[in-house]
Amino acid sequence: MSADARGDRWCRVALLLMAPALVLPLGGGEAISRWSDAAGALPFLLPLAGVCAWFSWRGMAIARQGAVLVLAVALGAWGAVDLLHEHGIAGRAASGFWLYVLALWVAAWRGIDGLARFRSLDGRAQRAVNLLVPAAFGLWLIFLWEMVTVGFGVPQVLLPAPSMVAERFAGSLNLLWADFRQTFLKAVISGYVLGCGSGFIVAVLVDRVPFLQRGLLPLGNLVSALPIVGVAPIMVMWFGFDWQSKAAVVVIMTFFPMLVNTVTGLAAAGALERDLMRSYGAGYWPTLAKLRLPAAMPFIFNALKINSTLALIGAIVAEFFGTPIVGMGFRISTEVGRMNVDMVWAEIALAALAGSAFYGLVALSERATTFWHPSFRAER
Amino acid sequence: MTTDAIGGDERFAAGSARVGRVIGQRAAPIAVVVLVVLVAWYVGAVAMNARLQIDAFERQEVAWDRGDLVRATLSQERPLLPAPHQILVEMKKTIIDQKITSKRSLVFHSWVTLSSTLLGFAIGTALGVVLAIGIVHVTTLEKSLMPWVISSQTIPILAIAPMVVVVLGAIGLKGLLPKAIISTYLCFFPVTIGMVKGLRAADSLQLDLMQTYSASRWQTLWMLRWPAALPFLFTSLKVAIAIALVGAIVGELPTGAQAGLGARLLAGSYYGQTIQIWSALLTAAALASLLVTAVGVIERLTLSRMGGRP
Amino acid sequence: MVAMQEQLEARTDAGSGPLVVDVRDLSLTFKTSDGPVYALSHVDLQIAEGDFVSFIGPSGCGKTTMLRVIADLERPTDGQITVNGVSAEEARLNRSYGYVFQAAALYPWRNILRNVTLPLEIMGVPAAERRDRARRYLELVNLAGFEKKFPWQLSGGMQQRASIARALCFDPALLLMDEPFGALDEIVRDHLNEQLLQLWEKTGKTVVFVTHSIPEAVFLSSKIVVMSPRPGRVIDVIHNDLPRQRTLDIRESPAFLSVAHRVRQGLRAGHSYDD
Repeated sequence: MSADARGDRWCRVALLLMAPALVLPLGGGEAISRWSDAAGALPFLLPLAGVCAWFSWRGMAIARQGAVLVLAVALGAWGAVDLLHEHGIAGRAASGFWLYVLALWVAAWRGIDGLARFRSLDGRAQRAVNLLVPAAFGLWLIFLWEMVTVGFGVPQVLLPAPSMVAERFAGSLNLLWADFRQTFLKAVISGYVLGCGSGFIVAVLVDRVPFLQRGLLPLGNLVSALPIVGVAPIMVMWFGFDWQSKAAVVVIMTFFPMLVNTVTGLAAAGALERDLMRSYGAGYWPTLAKLRLPAAMPFIFNALKINSTLALIGAIVAEFFGTPIVGMGFRISTEVGRMNVDMVWAEIALAALAGSAFYGLVALSERATTFWHPSFRAER
Repeated sequence: MTTDAIGGDERFAAGSARVGRVIGQRAAPIAVVVLVVLVAWYVGAVAMNARLQIDAFERQEVAWDRGDLVRATLSQERPLLPAPHQILVEMKKTIIDQKITSKRSLVFHSWVTLSSTLLGFAIGTALGVVLAIGIVHVTTLEKSLMPWVISSQTIPILAIAPMVVVVLGAIGLKGLLPKAIISTYLCFFPVTIGMVKGLRAADSLQLDLMQTYSASRWQTLWMLRWPAALPFLFTSLKVAIAIALVGAIVGELPTGAQAGLGARLLAGSYYGQTIQIWSALLTAAALASLLVTAVGVIERLTLSRMGGRP
Repeated sequence: MVAMQEQLEARTDAGSGPLVVDVRDLSLTFKTSDGPVYALSHVDLQIAEGDFVSFIGPSGCGKTTMLRVIADLERPTDGQITVNGVSAEEARLNRSYGYVFQAAALYPWRNILRNVTLPLEIMGVPAAERRDRARRYLELVNLAGFEKKFPWQLSGGMQQRASIARALCFDPALLLMDEPFGALDEIVRDHLNEQLLQLWEKTGKTVVFVTHSIPEAVFLSSKIVVMSPRPGRVIDVIHNDLPRQRTLDIRESPAFLSVAHRVRQGLRAGHSYDD
């Protein structure tokens, strides 16, 4: 974090890219657009130019410089979006515009790079920056996606622009909610609870019979590696088209990871700790409750986390084999058939949101339950 | 001094004795569990298929006793749950008796699936390794990219599979590559995560040692981080190849059931051919364990050449 | 003028040759979330060519940190250090020292021979010469015949000897050893101490040795640096005038015991063990 009095080389590059961008045409085609036609966008761009000019001349502590750059880039990126959509250069963006996006890219990388080097002994500040960096990076990727799809006029069938997906998402909330309820709330949750629960119970039962355990564990490991999603057509045949068959697929998919992890976890308590329990004359159940289950917690949560993604995959894929006319998998396969790709992406966004939220929830409860585990101690 | 070496040989001997004991200890329990599963399967097959069979008997107005029922339930054409021997007969018919170029041969379909699995696996592994090297060496990448690598997996990516295939098909990309792309997406993740862990697995003394030689980054990567990461790489590869197969199979679902194990599954479910579904499923399972075993063998060969303990 | 005077005094003080390590008013502070930790505070130290210098002190007294500063594995926050007349970083880039860690830190995927050739590979020595040199140094540490073994097939003492061969094989004039025998049992340690002393005699290298064992320090060293913790500083430098040819029996001699006594006194003066 050393202040650099000589000025920042990257900012100079950004500035050098920006200068010709002001002269070159923004949009090509029949009618060439120039900056003079898009004066409304200028207020968004000037701060970035100013900031880059300033840093080119005189640097700043790298993390602080990063923060300023990221803010300026955010404004500049908004300007680029404004140019594309409001000033009619969508689909015919030209050299000036792309040079400007390139300049933004350089500045954004420099900014994120600076932020990533932020080091503080204050845990809260460090954590906030650690969240900010990937968030900025993710937003940047979405921005690039928007620029490329809209700027080049990529056919919507191939890859819709994020703005279009967002619009579609906001426009079909009712439909999305119905699909979410059918697939996630009914199939995924019930299957997940049943699958994880039965996997856990079987593991605890098997734990009492070492013979069974030695037989089940390798088989469980084997089954975990198999393409279990394949049972989906069979389950649809057995349990019908509605959510029950999807839940059944989820049960089968989640059962084995839970079984294997719990059995491994129950064996994880150290010999010394076990001897300690024996020295207290503790029987099987007290040992299980006081020592072995807590020691198994990291493994159990590992299975819960793996299963949270498996469950969603299982339910959606199972819907490809037949469903009533609602559900995320159903929507994806029918809308793909109709080439309504923006709707498909809206469903994918929903699935991503649901999946991340589900995973996040499990991860949070893990943090609350197994905070003592070394993996949660302050990282180096 | 020589006693030290003898100590090493003793450990060798102890190792091979352990292998023997493991087989003795494991084979019996596994056999018992497999037997239990088989018995349960037959009982289940009889129970699940009985209702349809009784209906059929009554429709044909045939007199039947319990023996007839059991025999009949285990030889239905489209049973709810086919018996294991029915599946094996079907597998023999479609694997051994068919010419492997025939569209009815499971070998043909397996090959279609396998080729896209392997292609996706290769690309995904390369991508995963490159990403991991980048993440380990560039702080900014670690901070900005790593969280997305992790959250990319909370997205049920298989859900996009049909779309990827259809969309790539729309721009003229058909056949192997679209399916391989799905496998790639699924496999890069375990490889990246495993390799990031592995490339950091070298302990601090070993890293300091490299610094005392003022070794370059590449020398440290090549001589220390890479070999230290290999055990992690193989663990991830076993997960990756299994999941690549799943990706290839799911990728075959929306192609209109032309070729591949996934297509067989879909065709079977369209026409209610349960035996066909099960035989495709078992073939996929066999393929999966074959692939994982193959990676395991390569792992053992490599690590033992690198002085791993037996 | 004054500086030169000091320099002169330092030289005469060290006695045996030109300075290999010269530390002036050096401090090192680690920043942690629990506040700063003063690992080294105003350390002055001169090590001459051919010396065998031991750093001794209780854990946390900064003796390992001092060694790591010499090796440019840590950067001082204040003060100066030169190694072979240049900065510690340049000395590291010149590959002018060999470092032996607490643990052997052999690479488990390389056999003993290839472990010893590792630094030579990095320095770009041709393959044939690498093998020759590695064999020579393995012989020097009595490990001839174990070239093809992997580290786990060797005992702890043998592993540590291999790591010494690794540190010697590119022939650095300076050998930095950080409690190399700390993890070994006492019988093996005595044996290795004797061998190390012979090695020092044979090669004439400058050795800097970190230990927390008084007998080990007295037995090995020509000069003993007593350090004390919180903040880490040098409290005494003891010249050990025992003859260079030493056998283990010397540890019962009155001369040995009197040096050991002085070291113990120094340790006591610098630090009470009540916390």
